Amino acid sequence: MKTDDLITMLATGAGAVNKPAATQRYAVAIGWGAAGAGLLMLALLQVRHDLAQALLLPMFWIKVGFVASLAAGSLFAALRLSRPGAVIDRVPLALGLPVLGIWAVAAFALVDAEPVERSKLFFGDTWKSCPLLIALLSLPVFAAVLHTMKDLAPTRPRLAGFAAGLLSGSVAAVVYCLHCPEMGAPFIGFWYLLGTLIPAAIGAMIGNSILRW
Amino acid sequence: MQRMNREAGFRSKEDRLRDLLTRGLAGDDAAYKMFLTELSAHLRAFLRRRLARLPDEVEDLVQESLLAIHNLRHTYEADQPLSAWVQAIARYKLVDLLRRRATHEMLNDPLDEDMELFSTADSDAAEARRDLDKLLEDLPDRFRLPIVHTKLEGLSVKEAADLSGMSESAVKIGVHRGLKALAAKIRGAL
Repeated sequence: MKTDDLITMLATGAGAVNKPAATQRYAVAIGWGAAGAGLLMLALLQVRHDLAQALLLPMFWIKVGFVASLAAGSLFAALRLSRPGAVIDRVPLALGLPVLGIWAVAAFALVDAEPVERSKLFFGDTWKSCPLLIALLSLPVFAAVLHTMKDLAPTRPRLAGFAAGLLSGSVAAVVYCLHCPEMGAPFIGFWYLLGTLIPAAIGAMIGNSILRW
Repeated sequence: MQRMNREAGFRSKEDRLRDLLTRGLAGDDAAYKMFLTELSAHLRAFLRRRLARLPDEVEDLVQESLLAIHNLRHTYEADQPLSAWVQAIARYKLVDLLRRRATHEMLNDPLDEDMELFSTADSDAAEARRDLDKLLEDLPDRFRLPIVHTKLEGLSVKEAADLSGMSESAVKIGVHRGLKALAAKIRGAL
């Protein structure tokens, strides 16, 4: 087929494009994924029994604020990375700020605490299960986000896979906040972050083969 | 002064192509065709500069990039420079081709050195070596028929639906998925 014939073929009956914008599609994917993560949380774990009291504590909202802003940063990254030629120079800042924020709070808490309390602040009671549970809860969002991303066109598939994983991990972490009894900033700054990095690492590994076009 | 002229030329070209594409995305097929035609000349020049040692691959890659641009036209957003969008797609396809070739050459013995003289010829560099018609023929009917009817024979979606016994939405989906399947076939066949 000659190139001119190909062009004629592509343009014939091409019609208007009325697909929803990428932002909207990600919103739908995250909504369904978060609902899946919520159901998974209710089925496997349960809502923390003292949630009503926890809602009144500033630390609970610092925790939610950290994972929610990480989710917003990685959504920004995913949006940029799934469109050819989009500028991504502000992505490191969007991902770095939430992390630096929680680390500052954590450092303050560690300095402020008695030396004997420091390891309790860092390890809490659930450090062994927390990252794995966040990774597990991230699966529905991960699948939905990858599906959306595949229909767009990431030109840097590894980075895009990383962003998709981080997005799903941090949305799952928001859901996990409803279950998790931990309230130490050092715990959140390390084990929560580790939990979101597990799907991100998997995304970076599979991005090249899954997101090719 | 010369630089300013070149910059102004680039701007006007960018604006013109963006206008054509925007009209095309809104449903103006004639504008869209003009967009693809003018773009293909730029793509050819861009890829020829970067494939100086593989002149026979240029036209195939122009076609592959055009198909990708068509399949991905919903990812262009009007606030974005068109040149950056097109270039990112063409560059991605270029790297993909070089990677495929590298793997292919590792697995297969390259041609003997003394055959090099006859393996390149400039006169048919404008001919694509890959035959898209043939790849199209290999697609399953649910993809092939909608493409042949609506895009090669120029029938309407309704006529194509009546002719093939498919529903109108199946025809539309068939065109969309079929062109994606065609792009995947190109990637699979070196």
